[in-house]
Amino acid sequence: MKHVTEPAYVRWSLIAVAFLFLGLFLILPLIAVFTEAFKQGAGVFLAAIAEPETLSAVKLTLLVAAISVPLNVTFGIAAAWAIAKFSFRGKNVLLTLIDLPFAVSPVIAGLIFVLLFGSQGVAAPWLAALDLKIIFAVPGIVLATTFVTFPFVARELIPVMEAQGKDEEEAAVSLGASGWKTFWRVTLPNVKWGILYGVILCNARAMGEFGAVSVVSGHIRGMTNTLPLHVEILYNEYQFAAAFAVATLLAVLALVTLVLKSLIEWKTERKSKAEEDYYFDASGEKAG
Amino acid sequence: MSIEVVNITKSYKNFTALENVNLHIPEGELVALLGPSGSGKTTLLRLIAGLEQAQQGSILFNGEDNTNRDVRERKVGFVFQHYALFRHMNIFDNIAFGLTVRSRKTRPSKEEIREKVHSLLRLVQLEGLAHRYPSQLSGGQRQRVALARALAVEPKFLLLDEPFGALDTKVRQELRRWLRHLHGKLGLTILFVTHDQEEAMELADRVVVMNEGRVEQVGSPEEIYLKPANPFVYSFLGRVNLFRGRIQNGRIKLGEAEFTAEQGVSEGPAIGYMRPHDAEVSLHPPQSAAATAVQAHIERITLLGPLVRLELRRLDTKEVFEAEMGRQRFLELLVEEGDVVYVTLNNLSIYVESELQSVPTPALTPVHVTV
Repeated sequence: MKHVTEPAYVRWSLIAVAFLFLGLFLILPLIAVFTEAFKQGAGVFLAAIAEPETLSAVKLTLLVAAISVPLNVTFGIAAAWAIAKFSFRGKNVLLTLIDLPFAVSPVIAGLIFVLLFGSQGVAAPWLAALDLKIIFAVPGIVLATTFVTFPFVARELIPVMEAQGKDEEEAAVSLGASGWKTFWRVTLPNVKWGILYGVILCNARAMGEFGAVSVVSGHIRGMTNTLPLHVEILYNEYQFAAAFAVATLLAVLALVTLVLKSLIEWKTERKSKAEEDYYFDASGEKAG
Repeated sequence: MSIEVVNITKSYKNFTALENVNLHIPEGELVALLGPSGSGKTTLLRLIAGLEQAQQGSILFNGEDNTNRDVRERKVGFVFQHYALFRHMNIFDNIAFGLTVRSRKTRPSKEEIREKVHSLLRLVQLEGLAHRYPSQLSGGQRQRVALARALAVEPKFLLLDEPFGALDTKVRQELRRWLRHLHGKLGLTILFVTHDQEEAMELADRVVVMNEGRVEQVGSPEEIYLKPANPFVYSFLGRVNLFRGRIQNGRIKLGEAEFTAEQGVSEGPAIGYMRPHDAEVSLHPPQSAAATAVQAHIERITLLGPLVRLELRRLDTKEVFEAEMGRQRFLELLVEEGDVVYVTLNNLSIYVESELQSVPTPALTPVHVTV
């Protein structure tokens, strides 16, 4: 294949601009986080992390992710399956609704739950009668996080499932497999990498979400503070070293996510290349 | 098992895929559904399998109504055009799938399944490939795995959707012969879809020619080739020459060539169809008094292995047509491009447009021709 080439100076200046931008907006801040965190020595860093309030924030963040990610995985698989493999009325409405959390500002998302479940909210009398607390408590944080991370798995799976078509499912059914068995033995194994990819993105967002959680949490130290909220509080109290120390935890999470993401991309690329060859052969373009 | 299709109509939002289709497929036959793309042949196959539902009509297996039965209950072997092998399973698991998904009560033991899969692998001549994955096989091997997978559940009959469409010519030839052999061995009813008339003629006991959602003709390969029911079948089953002319005073006139029409034929425009091998080329005007020969100019000569094809232009009507002959005959003639020859038009099929014309395909009725 012949490559279309631009003059060398154009190429080099484009690359330079891209790297400059990356350095300025991604690498520099990342370095800043780590240098600020260790500015007063490793002792202060470790003390900030070992503080009970920080540990409780870590625990809460993990708990929220542990609830909202499986919920969204279940929903995402169900929605993607329905959308990619069946045609039904209201399919486009469902697709649009899945994208809604991307379109709405997280702060608004948080406010929705305050309006619904807050002390002046629609469901307030009912909640009071049952003695349930949602806003300024863990359930509210879980709800807001689930809402914000709602589209990740579904959005990741729909194109994968659509690309694979219905042939294998039809083959399974014609061989006598029930819908349930077809799903477990044919559909799900074919999208396992897509699911993993969606889970990683969903998890990263669930742990890092600030806006929506900030509105519903109430910032009760040691109770309803997630990691991002805790960073903000420390910063506002001029405990810069501690704030940056906690921030390194989130930064490490981001780096781990990136590495996993690239690993999966590399893996699926190899797999899809093998499959491409498979279909390339099948379509008869290439003599086997 | 025999298959009966009664009055099936299937339409999608804005087009009709099948219109009042009736078909009977006797037990043990190898039948081809032949037609151009969009003729509804694949839809018909999927309806029989139960992968689609018809708006109207019924489908019977051995006289038993299966119209409202689910795909799973129909116990039909279906082989997809692109094989649809389970890409994450190895060949063994692919073939065993139909057995391993059965409920515990009806599922054979592991040992029986292994035995069955290996005997099927022997049948499709793929022993030793049990642990490969579909992406590691060639097109022809995948096709055979798909067949073995369908056969594993001991289906009532086999339905194959364009089984050789995606393979290259040599593999296609081999697989055709092999399928024919398999059919003889198993005695199973097999219905396959193809758009390749040669494949249908070579393989099938019976050919069903389809066009625009209708069955145009059903018959043995000889029947449909020698006695095509209408111009569509005629032109779909091989190369054809087309001459335009008129019927006047009981005579069919195609340029300077004239034929006698049967009694009572209405006058008007007529179309004559002729196969290229029915054009008899000679250097001198034929002896007989009948004016069935025309003069033509040789525009091009193509050698096709044992055959020679002449591209000719008539001197009277300027129509272009083809003549085919054996290599021996061509050498006897000693003609070159640019020569003018006499061509006798044999075995013409003449059709007149019916008085009630319908657009876009006018109804054509055949006319008996005597010379």
